[in-house]
Amino acid sequence: MKGGGERYDAIVIGGGHNGLITAAYLARAGKSVLVLERRPRVGGAAVTEEIFPGFKFTMFSYVVSLLRPEIIRDLDLPRHGLHILPLESTVTPMENGDYLAAWGDHDETRRELYRHSPRDAEAYDEYGRLMHFMAQAVKPILSMVPPDPTSFSPGDLAGLLKLGKHFRGLGGERLHALVKLMTMSSADFLDEWFETDVLKATKSASGIIGTFLGPRSPGTAYVLLHHYMGELDGVFRAWGFAKGGTGAVSESIASAARAFGAEIRCDAGVAKVLVRNGRASGVVLENGDELEASIVVSSLDPRRTFLQLLDSKELPDEFVSDIRRFKFRGSSGKVNIALDSLPSFTCMPGIGRQHRGAFSISPSLDYVERAYDDAKYGEFSRRPYMDIVFPSMIDPGMAPPGKHVMSIFVQYAPYKLNGGWTDAKREAFGDAVVNTVESFAPGFKAKILHRQVITPLDIERITGLSEGNIFAGELALHQLFFLRPAPGWAKFATPVRNFYQCGSGTHPGGGIMGASGRLAALRILKDGR
Amino acid sequence: MSLRTTPFHARTGPLSEGQAWRRWAGYVVASAYELSHDREYHAIRNSAALFDVSPLYKYMVTGKDAARLLDHVVTRHVAKAKVGQVLYTPWCDNDGKQIDDGTISVLNEQTFRMTSADPTLRWLHLNSSGLDVGIEDVSERTAAVSLQGPSSRAILQIAAERDLSALKYFRLTSATIRGIPVTISRTGYTGDLGYEVWVDAGQAVPLWDAIVETGAAYGITPAGMLALDVARIEAGLLLIEVDYFSSRHALIEAQKSSPLELGLGWTVATDKERYNGQAALDAERRRGPSWQFTGLTVDWDSLERLYADVGLPPRLPSQAWRMSVPIYDRGGQRQVGYATSGGWSPLLKRYMALAHLESASAAPGTEVRMEVTVEHRRKQATARVTPLPFFNPERKRA
Repeated sequence: MKGGGERYDAIVIGGGHNGLITAAYLARAGKSVLVLERRPRVGGAAVTEEIFPGFKFTMFSYVVSLLRPEIIRDLDLPRHGLHILPLESTVTPMENGDYLAAWGDHDETRRELYRHSPRDAEAYDEYGRLMHFMAQAVKPILSMVPPDPTSFSPGDLAGLLKLGKHFRGLGGERLHALVKLMTMSSADFLDEWFETDVLKATKSASGIIGTFLGPRSPGTAYVLLHHYMGELDGVFRAWGFAKGGTGAVSESIASAARAFGAEIRCDAGVAKVLVRNGRASGVVLENGDELEASIVVSSLDPRRTFLQLLDSKELPDEFVSDIRRFKFRGSSGKVNIALDSLPSFTCMPGIGRQHRGAFSISPSLDYVERAYDDAKYGEFSRRPYMDIVFPSMIDPGMAPPGKHVMSIFVQYAPYKLNGGWTDAKREAFGDAVVNTVESFAPGFKAKILHRQVITPLDIERITGLSEGNIFAGELALHQLFFLRPAPGWAKFATPVRNFYQCGSGTHPGGGIMGASGRLAALRILKDGR
Repeated sequence: MSLRTTPFHARTGPLSEGQAWRRWAGYVVASAYELSHDREYHAIRNSAALFDVSPLYKYMVTGKDAARLLDHVVTRHVAKAKVGQVLYTPWCDNDGKQIDDGTISVLNEQTFRMTSADPTLRWLHLNSSGLDVGIEDVSERTAAVSLQGPSSRAILQIAAERDLSALKYFRLTSATIRGIPVTISRTGYTGDLGYEVWVDAGQAVPLWDAIVETGAAYGITPAGMLALDVARIEAGLLLIEVDYFSSRHALIEAQKSSPLELGLGWTVATDKERYNGQAALDAERRRGPSWQFTGLTVDWDSLERLYADVGLPPRLPSQAWRMSVPIYDRGGQRQVGYATSGGWSPLLKRYMALAHLESASAAPGTEVRMEVTVEHRRKQATARVTPLPFFNPERKRA
């Protein structure tokens, strides 16, 4: 034991945003908390790094859609530097040189849609209203510890009852829509509403992010909804960009946690969780140091939490099988680019406000589905779906004055690539991305000062996320709510006493939402730990 | 056009996407240039926002007795201020009730520039009998822009080709920007790092161009009054005719406020000769003011519940509001004050308000109730007394 007698109320393994949030809430409640981060910096997949001098890359995750406002308030994050900036437009360049744009102003967006289809322009409002209701219907679930439907404990029954009443209260029409959302593909669901292909392609794209599914795969409609929830509170934008990149989100949470008294130690990878008589009692660091704690909380994904940090013999066999079956299937990559100047897109020439929002490379449903076809058979997409933002246009501090950074989220790049990922394959993947952008924005390649290509294998290698899945486990219906990460163990507790989980691999998971970290902390405090 | 446009209008006019203008002292200035003021607001806290603040009333007070005149009028101690200093100060009538608030820039020992929200020429003249002083209204001759936000210093340093890091909070310096003589003061109405640039009206347009061109690489964003409204509430800065009434416009005593009741006690000097309102203010200070001007934070859960009761998610004001809203004690029965400004802070993710509260209910942390209208019905949301400012970044003074 290091220092002879260092002992904490809680040790949190992993300094990603959820781990930091759990630590901050526990420290706020007066617990002595230690966060152990393997990398030299906190943030996990929410990090900003100066990979090329003067240019700050939002390495992995790049937008903040769903960070819970109660966390921002509870932890007083703006005082610690958090500033979420609106990212309000999306432009989809089409292959015929036209475009589809959604702007921050509703009238402007409707007029733009009208240009493509007067019918869709009207349907768009109704669709928005329905999705609003659906998001409202699902919202209570996000802030709820999932009840176990197979349990007869009073807490679970009360939770289920509350949930049942909630859904009955929706009324027939909305309940049916919800069932459709839970079962249909995003393409089919959107077909019921719209006729404009590029609109459906762009909308459905948000249903495939982080999954190994295509827009025509059943179950993707739900993910559409998952991405709609950020819009709920009216003023909370669906998509925001944190000043300083997502790393600044992590830094602000870390700063808040420290202000509450938590200790954060970087370059401190955890090798094992110490278990004595079925109870967690501390951790062993990779350097051999042992640290003791009353409880241990893992923010790592379920595979690493249970199959790497623990010996399988400490866990029930059935649970181990469930965790082994938990699907990761990383399907996305990232290309970060330092630019001498901004590229002009053929569909909307020049430099302007379009560069302050996203460019979605999703010109048609077939385009996106074909991108998936490549991945289904073990290849990266030759012409991938991409979500492009220019962080320096939103926060000029991300690049030297007048220069720019470009963040390209790319799907699909399967973790299990035919023949495996090599340096050459990584560069070929980077070329496919750059060439595709070039086809929509000629002259783009000449502006590149530096490029960083990140494959799912790189994501796994750097952040530890298994198979490079950005959500610490696929956001598929069979892996959500009381099934996340395993039936019976969705309430942040684990089969090992005093050992908890708080990462995105738990309910509700996904995105820089922080709900998992917060709910876990509340659960731990409620358990009286 | 019967309302005047400012000297920057040749540039600000074409920027207006939605033709949203607001009246200010007989001029029109932009409410917002873009269709929504969101980005303009965020520029204040993220990069740099450029405001046209030319409609401010401005007076040059000069001569041997200039400081004496100002010291007789305002509550701050002007004679003690150093050359290059800027004072924020209220001024009062003889009953110690506030007439207006503004700034006094000490340009040299005998030259002061005073700004005010209301015309002040007559009041200065009335107070100057027997003094050797010149008073000149330079409101129309002087244009001003305010550059506010974390990047404001970087932009102005390049534009003025000089280091501004030594220019402290509420200090000023003369400079040239592309050959145009200007005064740069480290002042503003946002509670952030920021500067105001004062220029001869004839040079306004080339100054605007110089600043905007320099700022382009730093995300400079022309911004209107809607954005400023939100920032000034976050900064806890009060606004005449909104948060208080000039004692000269008040129709009844109850409409008047003293600086001590407005949270401006720090501006009321205790170490200078007789000035307007001194006796009343001294007496009020001894017995303690009956009112306090303070921040309120509306409790989110309470607001959410009120809306959930009617099946709605919480509705938040999309712009800062300016109206009188009753504040009750925590029992919800007895009115203990009223809020005069409020709004949602996109930065802090808090619903904030500025309120006048009876002193007994104004201690930080006190739980009160604020009236909110939910689906046409009057409800009360829980709110907590929060010391001002709501937001006070280190960079403001650093």
